[in-house]
Amino acid sequence: MPTFVRTDKCDGCKGQDKTACMYICPHDLMKLDKDGSDTGHAMKAYNQEPEQCWECYSCVKICPQQAIECRHYADVVPLGGSVQPLRGTDSIMWTIKFRNGTMKRFKFPIRTTPEGSIDPYAGKPDADMGKIGEPMFFCQNNGYRAGDPSELICK
Amino acid sequence: MAEFGNPDIIEEEVDILLIGGGMACCGTAFEIPRWIEASGADLKVKLVDKAAMDRSGAVAQGLSAINTYIGSEQDPADYARMVSNDLMGITRDDLAYDLGRHVDESVHLFEEWGLPIWKTDENGERFDGSKGMPSLADGGKPVRSGKWQIMINGESYKWIVAEAAKKALGMENIEERIFIVKLVNDKNDPSRIAGAVGFSTRNHTVHVYTAKAILLAAGGCVNIFRPRSVGEGTGRAWYPVWNAGSTYSMAAEAGAELTLMENRFVPTRFKDGYGPVGAWFLLFKAQATNAFGETYMTRNKEMLDDYPPYGQAAVPASCLRNHLMLKEMKEGRGPIYMDTVTALANLRETLSPREVKHLEAEAWEDFLDMCVGQCGIWVGENIEPEKKNSELMPTEPYLLGSHSGCCGIWTSGPDDVGAPTSETEAGVPEHLPSGWNWGYRGMTTVSGLFTAGDGVGASGHKFSSGSHAEGRMAAKSMVKYCLDNADFKPELDTPVADLVEEIYKPVRTFLEHKDYTTAIDVNPNYITPKMLQFRLQKIMDEYVAGVATYYQTNEKMLAVAGEKLDMLKEDADKMRAKDLHELLRAWENYHRILTAEAHMKHIEFRQESRYPGFYYRTDKNFVDEENWHCFVNSIYNKETKEWTCFKRAHVDLVDKAKLFK
Repeated sequence: MPTFVRTDKCDGCKGQDKTACMYICPHDLMKLDKDGSDTGHAMKAYNQEPEQCWECYSCVKICPQQAIECRHYADVVPLGGSVQPLRGTDSIMWTIKFRNGTMKRFKFPIRTTPEGSIDPYAGKPDADMGKIGEPMFFCQNNGYRAGDPSELICK
Repeated sequence: MAEFGNPDIIEEEVDILLIGGGMACCGTAFEIPRWIEASGADLKVKLVDKAAMDRSGAVAQGLSAINTYIGSEQDPADYARMVSNDLMGITRDDLAYDLGRHVDESVHLFEEWGLPIWKTDENGERFDGSKGMPSLADGGKPVRSGKWQIMINGESYKWIVAEAAKKALGMENIEERIFIVKLVNDKNDPSRIAGAVGFSTRNHTVHVYTAKAILLAAGGCVNIFRPRSVGEGTGRAWYPVWNAGSTYSMAAEAGAELTLMENRFVPTRFKDGYGPVGAWFLLFKAQATNAFGETYMTRNKEMLDDYPPYGQAAVPASCLRNHLMLKEMKEGRGPIYMDTVTALANLRETLSPREVKHLEAEAWEDFLDMCVGQCGIWVGENIEPEKKNSELMPTEPYLLGSHSGCCGIWTSGPDDVGAPTSETEAGVPEHLPSGWNWGYRGMTTVSGLFTAGDGVGASGHKFSSGSHAEGRMAAKSMVKYCLDNADFKPELDTPVADLVEEIYKPVRTFLEHKDYTTAIDVNPNYITPKMLQFRLQKIMDEYVAGVATYYQTNEKMLAVAGEKLDMLKEDADKMRAKDLHELLRAWENYHRILTAEAHMKHIEFRQESRYPGFYYRTDKNFVDEENWHCFVNSIYNKETKEWTCFKRAHVDLVDKAKLFK
C-alpha cells in the first residue's frame, strides 16, 4: 500500500531544507518536488518509489499537516478501505474504514514518559573498568539471569 | 561546489565506528560512553545510519511483542535449548546462553524509558502498559504470549530506544543518511579492519572513515528472492525491505568468516499483508487448518517423526511446521487458514466482560503496532477476524540472524561457558581461529570488526531485545579492544581516490551514457538497479528454492544458478545511478547479490536438507545427522571473487535431551 500525499494538504514543510516525511522514511522514498518538474506540484512531497513502500506509516504518522495517507497496494487489495492514524505524544488513535463502510476506532498507549524526557544515565552508576572482561553491563536493572551453573555441561 | 557526479570527499578519523542505527547499534550507543568515560581514554565514537534512527532498522514500524524475555522463572540454558531445537540442532550455545543471561537487562531499560509493557494482575486479568502497574524490574508480571514472548504497546518502541541512544552518544557523534557500502582492511595487516567508506543520500559527499574498531550491524537480507507480490505489493516484505544484506556482504568482502548462510527463514504469515501470527497462535490459541478445517499439525503429525529429535520437542522446529503445511498445499488442500473465528469465540467464553471488550482491540493492535499493511488487507477484503477466517501463506525466503534464522557472521563468544577452544573438523583455513572465542565478545574473524543483531550467525531468536543486548556486549568489547590496541594506527589499504571512484562508478556510467538513447531506462551501456534486482530475484526464485519450486532445488539447478549469478555479478559493474536515491539502490543490490551468492554456495556445499519446510535439496532430501550435524562456514576472496566453504564441528554446551523428556 504505497503512501500518497494530498496536494490540498502538503505544504512542503514550509520550505524547510527537508520535509518531515523525507527525514523519517526508512527507505528514502519521500521526495520534495521543489520545482514541480517531477509531479507538476511544486514544493510538495511525493513517494518516488511506491513499489518499495513497506507501509510502515512512518511518514503518515509524522506529517504535521496530516497530508499523507495510504492507498493499499492496488495489485493485491480491493479499493475502498482506509487505515489512518493520529499519533499524539502518549497515544495513537486509529480510524479504520472497511470497503463495505464498517468503521472501527482504536486508541492505544505509545509511551509512559513525556517525549524527549529520557535521561539515560540518571541514577546509573559509572562503569567498573575492573569488570570490562566479564559478563554484565555497566548498570544493573534487576534483569541479569546468572543461570544454574550445572546446566553448562562442558564447563 | 559539489554536484551530482562530483562529490566532496570528507575524511574522518575515529576510534570506533558504528554502522547501522537499529536495535543493536542503539544498544551500543547507550552502553559505550560509560565504558569510555571510565577508561579515561579519549576514544572517539561515530554512528552512521542510512536512515533516521527514530524509525530505522527492523523495529522502525513498531512491534506488538518483545519476543525474547527470559524472566526470573526460566534459565538461560532453557533459552539456548529452545534456540537450538528451532534451528535444527546446529547453533552456538555459547552465544545463545550469553544472550539469554543479558537480554532482560535491556527490556527493563526499555520499560524505564517509557515503553508500555502489558501486565497481568493477581487474577490473571491483563492490562495495557499505561496503567501504572509495577514494572518488570520491580516484579510486575508480563503478559506472556508464549514461553519467551511478552506483549507490549510497541508503536513507538524504536522511537523510545533511539531517543535513549541519541542522548547517550550525543547527536554530534551521529550522522544519519550515510550509507556505508564498503569496509577497508588495514594496509599493513589485511586481517585487520581499518575503515569504511560510504556516501550521503542527501548531499553530494563521499565519507571515508578510518577506525580501529567497527561495529557492523546493518540488518539481515530482504528481496533476494522474487516476492509473492510483484507490483506495488513488492514492498510489503515480511522483514523490512531496506535490509539489503549489507552486513553479510561487507563482512565477507573484508575477509570475515560467515556461518550457516544456507539457513533461511520462510515465515508462515497472514497472506499478502504478512501480519504476525504469534499472538494468534500463542495468546488467542487459534489453530491453522487446511481448507477443510483440518488442523495440519495434527493431521500430518507423523511427518515429524521423520526428523528426530527436532520434530519431537514440545514445540517442533519452525521449518518442520512449514513442512507439514506445505504437504497440504502441494496435495491440493489449500488455502490454509488461521481459524480466528473459533479462537475468538472460545475466548469469549472464558474471559471477563472487560477482557472481551478489550479482546477485539488487542487483535487489531497486534497488527497496527507492527504491520499496518495487514489491516489494509482486512479492510479492503472486509475481513473481521471474529466473522471470517484469514488465509496463511509461507512467504518468500529471508536471510537473517536475529529471528527464526541463524545465518550470519562467525563471531567470538563468551569464554566462561565451556565453549570449545580447538577445532576438530579438518579443512578450516589456517588463518582462522580454531575455538569459539578469540578474546573479544562479538568480534568477527577480522581483527577489529565486530557485529551484533542480525550479523551474529549460528544463534537466532534474539529479536529486538536480544539485538540491543548484543550491541551492548559489543560496546564493552570494542572499548577493551581499543585500549589493548592503543598504539595501532589504522591505514586504509586502498587510496581514497580509488575508493571514491568505485563508489561513484554507477553515477559516472550514467552520466557518460545517458544520451545514447532517448529513453534513459533502456540503454545497452548500463543496467538499472531495479532490473538487476529483478534478475537476481528470478534466478534465486527459479533455481535456489524460492516459491516458484515450492522451495526445492538440487545440485544441477544450483549449478545453473551459479553460472547466472556469475554473469549478474559482472553486470553489477555496469549498474547506473541517475540520482543519489538510485546510487543507494545500486549498492544495496550489490550487497544483495553477494549475500544471495553466499546462500547458494552454502546450500550447494551442505549435502542434506537440514531445514525441511524452508528449503529442500531434492537430490539429498534427508537430514544426515552423522555427517552434517556441523556448521557450514565460508570465506570470500575479494580478489578472485570466489567462495570457500568448509565444516566446523558442532558441540552442545547445554544438554538438549531435556527438551524431549
